Amino acid sequence: MVRVEKGLARRYRQERNFKRLGLGAILLGLLFVSFLFISIIANGYTAFQQTFVKLDVYYDPEMIAPVGETDPEILSAGNYGGLVKATMRELFPSVTNRRDKKKLYGLISTGASYQLRERVMQDPSVIGQRESIWVPADDDVDMLIKGHIDLNLPESDRRIKDDQLSWIQGLQEDDRVEKRFNKTFFTAGDSREPELSGIKGAASGSFFTLLICLSISFPVGVAAAVYLEEFAPKNRWTDLIEVNINNLAAVPSIVFGLLGLAVFINFFGLPRSVPMVGGLVLALMTLPTIIIASRAALKSVPPSIREAALGVGASPMQTITHHVLPLALPGMLTGTIIGMAQALGETAPLLMIGMVAFIVDIPGGAMDPSAVLPVQIYLWADSPERAFVERTSAAIMVLLAFLISMNLLAVWLRKKFERRW
Amino acid sequence: MDDVINQDGTVARELKTGTDAEVDMQSTNESQSRGTVGDIYVDDPRMTCRNVNVYYGDKQAIFDIDLDIGKNQVISMIGPSGCGKSTFLRCLNRMNDTIDVCKVTGQIKMDGQDIYDGALDVVPLRASVGMVFQKPNPFPKSIYDNIAYGPRIHGLSDDKQHLDEIVETSLKKAGLWEEVKDRLDQPGTGLSGGQQQRLCIARAIAVSPEVILMDEPCSALDPIATAKIEELIDELRENYTIAIVTHSMQQAARVSQRTAYFHLGKLIEVGETDQIFTAPKHRLTEDYITGRFG
Ligand SMILES: Nc1ncnc2c1ncn2[C@@H]1O[C@H](COP(=O)(O)OP(=O)(O)O)[C@@H](O)[C@H]1O
Ligand SMILES: [Mg+2]
Repeated sequence: MVRVEKGLARRYRQERNFKRLGLGAILLGLLFVSFLFISIIANGYTAFQQTFVKLDVYYDPEMIAPVGETDPEILSAGNYGGLVKATMRELFPSVTNRRDKKKLYGLISTGASYQLRERVMQDPSVIGQRESIWVPADDDVDMLIKGHIDLNLPESDRRIKDDQLSWIQGLQEDDRVEKRFNKTFFTAGDSREPELSGIKGAASGSFFTLLICLSISFPVGVAAAVYLEEFAPKNRWTDLIEVNINNLAAVPSIVFGLLGLAVFINFFGLPRSVPMVGGLVLALMTLPTIIIASRAALKSVPPSIREAALGVGASPMQTITHHVLPLALPGMLTGTIIGMAQALGETAPLLMIGMVAFIVDIPGGAMDPSAVLPVQIYLWADSPERAFVERTSAAIMVLLAFLISMNLLAVWLRKKFERRW
Repeated sequence: MDDVINQDGTVARELKTGTDAEVDMQSTNESQSRGTVGDIYVDDPRMTCRNVNVYYGDKQAIFDIDLDIGKNQVISMIGPSGCGKSTFLRCLNRMNDTIDVCKVTGQIKMDGQDIYDGALDVVPLRASVGMVFQKPNPFPKSIYDNIAYGPRIHGLSDDKQHLDEIVETSLKKAGLWEEVKDRLDQPGTGLSGGQQQRLCIARAIAVSPEVILMDEPCSALDPIATAKIEELIDELRENYTIAIVTHSMQQAARVSQRTAYFHLGKLIEVGETDQIFTAPKHRLTEDYITGRFG
């Protein structure tokens, strides 16, 4: 009895230690995750705001078109850049020197002229009128307002010079500078100008790519799993196939990119940089994941259910479609969504098929050239402008939001199907 | 098939080794058939098994079994575990087909039709030979859908109302109607073990089978639930032929008219239940009954 009690103390101690170890591991994991999130959010939240400058624009008929003109072609050919410059000159009449003027114009984003053009095209009656309009500031001004420019540095090392500083101060005193929600970030494609760049192009590219990927890999993966698990005879061939599927799951993703390049682009002649090819490549990559997860889900359906169905005279096909598949579906969906999340974050194979190109237009379909979110992150992270740093983090946040919502979807789907059964 | 069906309905067996099919079975009626003691024949058989051998891969699990299963009778199969009772039972509705390595030889006929005939479709066979398993295995669906599934896939009902009727009568026959009539839309898996097993019996009944096979249907149940099932089996006998595997000799004695004793894959003795339990002829049967091994 005494011996048992002695040992008991040791056993309990072991149990406590084990619990502590597990708790420690979880805390450490949480620490890393929160560190990751905090640093990304701290870096990126400012990208959701953008500095705007209020300009009192006189829509000069001489620069655009005569009053009353409505022909869009003539309207769009107007000198809107000149309009912005004229407005700036009007604001700071003391600036006369050519070099100073250039510095002055540099405070406003080149996007301002597009904005003016849009305004006029939308409502040609403004020609000849004067109107206040908020236009985006240049990214350097934006960085200054957000406090990312160190004013203690000598002027030559700064992207904002002393006279520009004084102009900005003048604008601020006039209440002409304001930080506003950065809509452009969600509605624009990529751009060389940080203040004009957005992730919509990359997000649409990712969407189309995943759509193609899902619509190929899910049906094919599930069908392959059902065949292998339920119908295939157990022989050397099926063993070989099984081994190969497991091996494919471990193949580095860049190899799939090379394969896609060779097969889809060089052999089938599909265009480069398009979500169609990206989706096909990612489908190849996620297939093994989906097949393995689906087979595991099929295996976990209790044999008693199959026996019950066969016992009342269901055919093998009915047994599978009526009983086994519905029970295995939650597991299959989980596997699929994990595969999709993997595909969403994949960069390497897409580099091989040219999805790393700089593409300004927002893709309208799977055959339009486009980038995808992770590649966009990679491209921005590589850009020298300070303003792209925060945009990189913001794009990562968007990507994470996508991933989290996909996972939530997986959980929700699983819950829904479980409740039905 | 070149079997000869004799005047009185018994079937002369097709001998594997020779063409001489007309072995006079009547003369061996009382004596051993391939070592089986007792009368393997009944006057009015629903199923006739002849020369049945079952192999799992290279391993033989069932040896040369001849047995008749009589109409509207309960036949129980007893024997030490691993002796092949389940294997034999599963031959009767070709459930063994689902096991890749399993091979069945010999002849099993139902109402004169060879069920292992290549031309025979196993789907209608399984509808007319229902099965109840050891562990209750209701579908993870509502009670209603559990019962309605069989009739639906076989197209037995004309409309919703007819289907409702089938569900109701099946549940009534299985003695479950009163307990579940108010919650037909609730999951069958939410019932107690005994109710689940009766639900499975009702599910088997719903496709109007002629034979019901039961493989230790009460082994996972408490005594009260067991008593209910036994009562039910007795009632079902009126309309169905039942073959039940059980490890409880009391149960065999209570519910069955005939009893077959299996030992190491062989059918040792078969006879009237009373006779088997009071005056077994074979020493192995006697040893088992008296509890010398088991
Ligand atoms: N699926 C199977 N694969 C291989 N051998 C099996 C299988 N099922 C049963 N057997 C073997 O067949 C013999 C008879 O088993 P079974 O019919 O289940 O016996 P019982 O139901 O009488 O306990 C046993 O020796 C068992 O090991
Ligand atoms: Mg058994």
